[in-house]
Amino acid sequence: MEKMTKVSAISGRTMFCHLDAPANAISVCRDATQVVVAGRNIFKIYGLEEDGFVERLNLRVGRKPSLNFSCADVMWHQMEENLLATAATNGAVVTWNLARPCRNKQEQLFTEHKRTVNKVCFHPTEVNMLLSGSQDGFMKCFDLRKKESVSTFSGQSESVRDVQFSMKDYFTFAASFENGNVQLWDIRRPDRYERMFTAHTGPVFCCDWHPEDRGWLATGGRDKMVKVWDMSTNRVKEIYCVQTIASVARVKWRPERRYHLATCSMMVDHNIYVWDVRRPFIPFATFEEHKDVTTGIVWRHQHDPYFLLSGSKDSTLYQHMFKDASRPVDRANPEGLCFGLFGDLAFAAKESLMTAPPSVGDVGRKTYPGGDRRYPIFFFKKPDVTAQFAQVSSALSVFESEAGSSVGMDWFINTAQSYLLSGKPFAELCEHNAQVAKKLNRLQESTTWTMLRIMFSEPANPSLSTNHNLNKSGNLPLVNSFSMKEMSAALNERNKENRQDNIHSLETNLNNNDENEETEGSEGQAEYLFGDAELDDDDLYSMEHDNQAAEEPEYLLPQEAFPLRHEIMDHPSAPEPVQEKPESPHVSGSEAESTCLTPMESISLISVSQLLFSPHLPPKFFCPIVKEMLCYYAEQGDVQMAVSVLIVLGDRIRKEIDELTQEHWYMSYIDLLQRFELWNVSNEVIKLSTCGAIMCLNQASTTLHINCSNCKRPMSNKGWICDRCHQCASVCAVCHHVVKGLFVWCQGCSHGGHLEHVMEWLKQSKHCPAGCGHLCEYT
Amino acid sequence: MKEEAGVDVPQALPSGPSAFIPIQEILEEGAAQEVMSEALLSEGRADHIIMAMGLHPTYLTCFLRTQHALLQLDGPLPLSWRHFIIILASARHQCSYLVQHHSSAFLLAGGDESWLRGLDCAPPKIQHLQTLNKLLAHRPWIITQEHIQELVCPGAEARWSLAELIQAVVLMSHAHSLASFVWGCGILPEPEQSGDPSLQPCSPTESCCSARDKARKQQEWSEAVNEVKLLMEKMMMVQQQGEEFTQEEMVTRFERERTESLLEPADVQHSVLPDCVSRFVAEADFTYQDFSPRGVQAPPTMRAQDYSWEDHGFSLMNRLYGEMAQLLDEKFQVVCALTYNTMAMHSHVDTSTLRKAIWNYIHCIYGIRYDDYNYGGVNQLLERSLKVYVKTVACHPEKTTPRMYFSFWRQFRHSEKVHVNLLLMEARLQAALLYALRAITRYMT
Repeated sequence: MEKMTKVSAISGRTMFCHLDAPANAISVCRDATQVVVAGRNIFKIYGLEEDGFVERLNLRVGRKPSLNFSCADVMWHQMEENLLATAATNGAVVTWNLARPCRNKQEQLFTEHKRTVNKVCFHPTEVNMLLSGSQDGFMKCFDLRKKESVSTFSGQSESVRDVQFSMKDYFTFAASFENGNVQLWDIRRPDRYERMFTAHTGPVFCCDWHPEDRGWLATGGRDKMVKVWDMSTNRVKEIYCVQTIASVARVKWRPERRYHLATCSMMVDHNIYVWDVRRPFIPFATFEEHKDVTTGIVWRHQHDPYFLLSGSKDSTLYQHMFKDASRPVDRANPEGLCFGLFGDLAFAAKESLMTAPPSVGDVGRKTYPGGDRRYPIFFFKKPDVTAQFAQVSSALSVFESEAGSSVGMDWFINTAQSYLLSGKPFAELCEHNAQVAKKLNRLQESTTWTMLRIMFSEPANPSLSTNHNLNKSGNLPLVNSFSMKEMSAALNERNKENRQDNIHSLETNLNNNDENEETEGSEGQAEYLFGDAELDDDDLYSMEHDNQAAEEPEYLLPQEAFPLRHEIMDHPSAPEPVQEKPESPHVSGSEAESTCLTPMESISLISVSQLLFSPHLPPKFFCPIVKEMLCYYAEQGDVQMAVSVLIVLGDRIRKEIDELTQEHWYMSYIDLLQRFELWNVSNEVIKLSTCGAIMCLNQASTTLHINCSNCKRPMSNKGWICDRCHQCASVCAVCHHVVKGLFVWCQGCSHGGHLEHVMEWLKQSKHCPAGCGHLCEYT
Repeated sequence: MKEEAGVDVPQALPSGPSAFIPIQEILEEGAAQEVMSEALLSEGRADHIIMAMGLHPTYLTCFLRTQHALLQLDGPLPLSWRHFIIILASARHQCSYLVQHHSSAFLLAGGDESWLRGLDCAPPKIQHLQTLNKLLAHRPWIITQEHIQELVCPGAEARWSLAELIQAVVLMSHAHSLASFVWGCGILPEPEQSGDPSLQPCSPTESCCSARDKARKQQEWSEAVNEVKLLMEKMMMVQQQGEEFTQEEMVTRFERERTESLLEPADVQHSVLPDCVSRFVAEADFTYQDFSPRGVQAPPTMRAQDYSWEDHGFSLMNRLYGEMAQLLDEKFQVVCALTYNTMAMHSHVDTSTLRKAIWNYIHCIYGIRYDDYNYGGVNQLLERSLKVYVKTVACHPEKTTPRMYFSFWRQFRHSEKVHVNLLLMEARLQAALLYALRAITRYMT
């Protein structure tokens, strides 16, 4: 009850005051009305008023204050409100009594430590007991009624950085060391520590006992970690660990909040963080007021979690209100996306986003619930009522690539093996390859093949269905502009259609010629406007292809989630623009307008092509576009497509592309094929190539060097007679004549002879003709 | 003898790694060590520095690891640049040994040969380092955040990133302190370097053999034995000392140690700097100078408690150049803990007070003060000749003479003198780093 009234009595706001010098440590008196600030050149007591700090007392007196005033640490006694203790940088421990009548409040001076004293600590309940920890590796316990220390504890190692009496166990205190250890001592047994464990790598700068949980100790170290240890069990256990961004200089548990603690850092980072140890990744709250490193933090009242006091090297003393703290979690980005090494994809997002019905349009509807999340992993955190943390339950989905599908380079091998490059009429080759590509889900390539067929085939060829349409409609661009018009009307719908079956949609479009003609004559304007819409569509279109071809169809997430890294410039490759492009310059500009005005006589591209030229465009017309397309594929790393098209088109395109580029493509493709051990395909490609440099690949390394069977020396001159021993090396085992043509030999016994002779022999006998007894085989 | 005759007898070229330490001693104590053979295997050879350090294998391991990380492993600066920075830094102390060594390493790392023509031929970015280099080498306490800002300032052309700058700072201070070691131990040029006649000044003309012989004279020997005893007694005394001093007294003692100007070595007449070194030096006349303690512009002494390596320096470097912070920290720890509990002919001696005194004395002449250290101890433990040697090697390494080396601690082993050099080198490195890091910290806040 008393506690409650006291707490409610505290009020205030975020406020600060300037100190004369940097502070090293601060401490607050028990009733939370005064704070003491200590540093190398400052030692003052400030009163905490409603609207500001008021300087009450300057303890630094004398003309030339001694080094005893140069404080590394200060502590206000929590039982006796007139008693203070400081640790001096020269190794002195000083106690101060505010009740002394004179100006100099110094009461006792202990100069037992040889080096800087880093920390002093009063016993929480025992009035006269003071503990100090020093750079010299010793801890000393003082009874304030005596002139000397009552016991000395040797850490057996370098520098003690912090000492803290346990809040709950009367006799226990913890000490942290520069070498990373933490020791637990019983105040009655100065000879040996009770427990020791390594808490951090590098110095442990601070430790703090939990005010309520017996046996919980928080430590902070130079290794940028804050760790919470549970000492109540036999083995010391690390129960929480928070990774901060700089060495942790101070750590203080937050009163009345079981899992909260405040930290500040030694260097670089000036902020004070309040962490929920269960949520170690994002600070629960941050105070960002200080301009230099914070050196001391203390909760104003031991039962009030809303006020934090801090002193800093920037010579300011702050009171922070918890409600004014900034909450980093509000600014945190709750989504994450990452690609794995083997093309797997992990995606984490707010769960509400993940399960909400997709409202982003048919893209989402089609792809997302299709349930291609094959191995979803969900992490749930039980919402804790007591936790005052923003509840961010995220779902993490991992999309794995399907084994045996087009992951990696499988598509490459399949394609290489299935493509037909020669031996059939051009149209059939294209048709076949389009089918192959389609089967492998490489729709863009498939479409490309189809378009090539259309572009370069003789229109009169009755074997192709599209040519009927062609004949009827008279020209191809019509088809194209039609589809574009439709698109402008219902872009989304078309997207969907496109996605479902690109080629199909294309072909269905091809069949609607009536509408085409109408469109064409009258709607120059529409077509013109169309430029934008077409671009959009094109992006979507290519994006989809990219997903499907390069990764795999299983990946389809809502496309909004994938900002594609590169904008693919695939006008030349996407089939429709291929035709649209070269003509659009004619339409654009002033001519487009004239088209509008006089539709019948306009020189809209289609009419021009229809009227002035023969019904079908000469194949040459497409060459620049095809060339551009090939370059595009090659640049995308798909030399396979480039080379295959090059071979299939043969003379139709060859002259358009300079020899060196062609050679380069060939070389790359052949190299790839050989790496995948597709020797046959590679050989076929070499054979079909028209580049001189490539062709001679097959003529290189055709020599087989042999050694003489008698003297084992290499035979240089002729294959059958040895220069050195003048013997005929390769004698037919059957007829005993020299073999000058094809020589076949058994790999088991290495006898052999004329091909025909050996063949004949082995038909009759299973044994070697030389009589060596080996069972030769001829297959 | 020859002095008497007044004839300049030509001397045989000193052989072995050091002009001061007989090669036999180095080979006996050092070469058998595992570290040495490791170094031998990885480098293909053990250079003279490594051989001299081989007297202290635990330290050598650390040193080599740090140097390897600094010069070879991943870091923000290109390999060739690192060697070039070392060249610039060691040229400040006229250390032709290091200049030569790193010039060839620079070329090996693919450096542009034209840079070696002199500082003016290097890119402006490197030239900008010159001020910092100069200050780090001679008066690191002058370094302020403005110096850092000049280099890092976003507006400046050829600006340094903080990570690059930190590496450059470590490289420079490493080279400066290594130069101290080279001079302090009288490291001789490598065989392939010594062909160049301009590279001889490493061992000044004074005959080291005669100096050593003098030191070994009989009556001096017994004197020396007494000196050691006396020193040990003093150490005991200092250790047990419990007397209380006023702050003023402490300050006075600190200032006294810092400014003992008597210790300034007489200007040794130096032959003109070989061109191969001087072309990397600008403002060659800028050297160490005691800052007037009560002068108007005197920078305040740095308090070790306010900016220490363990707390502040490490934390900052850990952030900017993590691996190096770990390695340096380990190296400092090793060198501070290094002891064999021996002193001259005595064993089982706790030498910590003596080591601490040397360390703090060096920090003292660099203006770093420990509140909790009684500088009276320095005065008691460090004899005059040792102070002269330490101060010379730390501040004006190029002025070290064999006489200085042989006149202190006459009865001590060479390995113990190398030990002093190691302390010296690391204390110096830490002092320079602390000032530079403090300036960077101030720049960042």
